Amino acid sequence: MSVAIIDYGSGNLHSAAKAFERAARSMDNPQKVFVTSDPDQAYGADRLVLPGVGAFADCRRGLDAVNGMVEAITEAVRVKARPMFGICVGMQLFATRGKEHVITQGLNWIGGDVEKITPRDESLKIPHMGWNTLDVLREHPVLDGLPLGPKGQHAYFVHSYHLNAANEADVLARADYGGPVTAIVGKDTAIGTQFHPEKSQRFGLALISNFLRWKP
Amino acid sequence: MFKVRVIPCLDVKDGRVVKGVNFVDLRDAGDPVEAAIAYDAAGADELTFLDITATHENRGIMLDVVRRTAEACFMPVTVGGGVREVNDIKTLLRAGADKVSINSAAVSRREFVKEAAEKFGGQCVVVAIDAKRVKRAGGGERWEIFTHGGRNSTGIDAIEYAQEVVSLGAGEILLTSMDRDGTRQGFDIPLTRAIADSIPVPVIASGGVGNLDHLVDGIRDGHATAVLAASIFHFGEFTIREAKEHMSRRGLPMRLDA
Repeated sequence: MSVAIIDYGSGNLHSAAKAFERAARSMDNPQKVFVTSDPDQAYGADRLVLPGVGAFADCRRGLDAVNGMVEAITEAVRVKARPMFGICVGMQLFATRGKEHVITQGLNWIGGDVEKITPRDESLKIPHMGWNTLDVLREHPVLDGLPLGPKGQHAYFVHSYHLNAANEADVLARADYGGPVTAIVGKDTAIGTQFHPEKSQRFGLALISNFLRWKP
Repeated sequence: MFKVRVIPCLDVKDGRVVKGVNFVDLRDAGDPVEAAIAYDAAGADELTFLDITATHENRGIMLDVVRRTAEACFMPVTVGGGVREVNDIKTLLRAGADKVSINSAAVSRREFVKEAAEKFGGQCVVVAIDAKRVKRAGGGERWEIFTHGGRNSTGIDAIEYAQEVVSLGAGEILLTSMDRDGTRQGFDIPLTRAIADSIPVPVIASGGVGNLDHLVDGIRDGHATAVLAASIFHFGEFTIREAKEHMSRRGLPMRLDA
């Protein structure tokens, strides 16, 4: 089994790779984690991870700049039904469109737009930066055994935009930041988190382990 | 619920923690990576490294510290000190830093903040502001930006500067009172509040923490969203957990599950 972390010039690849390696090592059947910018290698992997930080349009441009990568990951996830984990802007790219500064087309795997978060409480700062709890909307194998809810574990967020999903069934969990913020999305074999599991200490590693065990 | 952050800060010179850290049994109290691992285990909400290495040649050592930290700690790490060019940011982020903190380079060239935010996103651009009270010409006081550890006056108003760097894309402000730094008398609350209330991005209060009530004051009265401290944690006076439990008892929302 192999896990491909997609390198398209964005994101904190080192941290994401180390977290997936750590989670993979602690499993009964260790999976090989590798970073790649080669569409064929991404296509051939058993699982995929799409990290991403920065602005939506920049990330989309970066992904498009790797010749054949969008086609490879789309085919792997949408046709071959390989599990995919999107992180932060990597998750946002699943959306129909991004509306950060300019309107940019997303991969359109999950209907909805990536929009600026607008907390009702004006004293709340933007970016939403720090630790927040998660409220589960829909059970999912990647959430198995994780203590969530108001008294549960925390995830680390750093973002000003979130995926406003057209279909609520695609949202697995939300955070509250002066209003609902999409925290985890899931559709078919793709899941994605707005927060950074690779920075969310024990909880993040447990979530990654669940993803590595998930057989959709 | 969204929580308040407690951030220990480690000063690192030539790859070694300055003054050492003795809050827990470490094999090597001077190794910043060991200290980072201990803070990670202790439930710190983020970690900040301040690289005070003087020579350019030894700067590469910090990259190795960051890389090794990212291999062992799955928590947010900010690195500051000597960040002067877009390429410095790129190498730090690639090594595993989540945010970089820009100080004097932003004072001397504001456009640097914009370049950094456009290239990497404002979420990873922290502008560190060192401010000091000065007498106004016409009476009263204001805060001005100082550089070089508080020695050099710039004549720049701290509130206006904070607003300017935020408009250029800074995602967070690390605010240090040079009057309070090292005094253990608590944060400069009027300064913290004046800055926090005048900008939309999070403010980390820093400089002067001597006890746990000071941490509470920085959030409740200073309107900061995070507090940074060094010596009260490094010298074993208080653990991160004690700090967070104290703040929680005072009614602040804290992350206690880590």
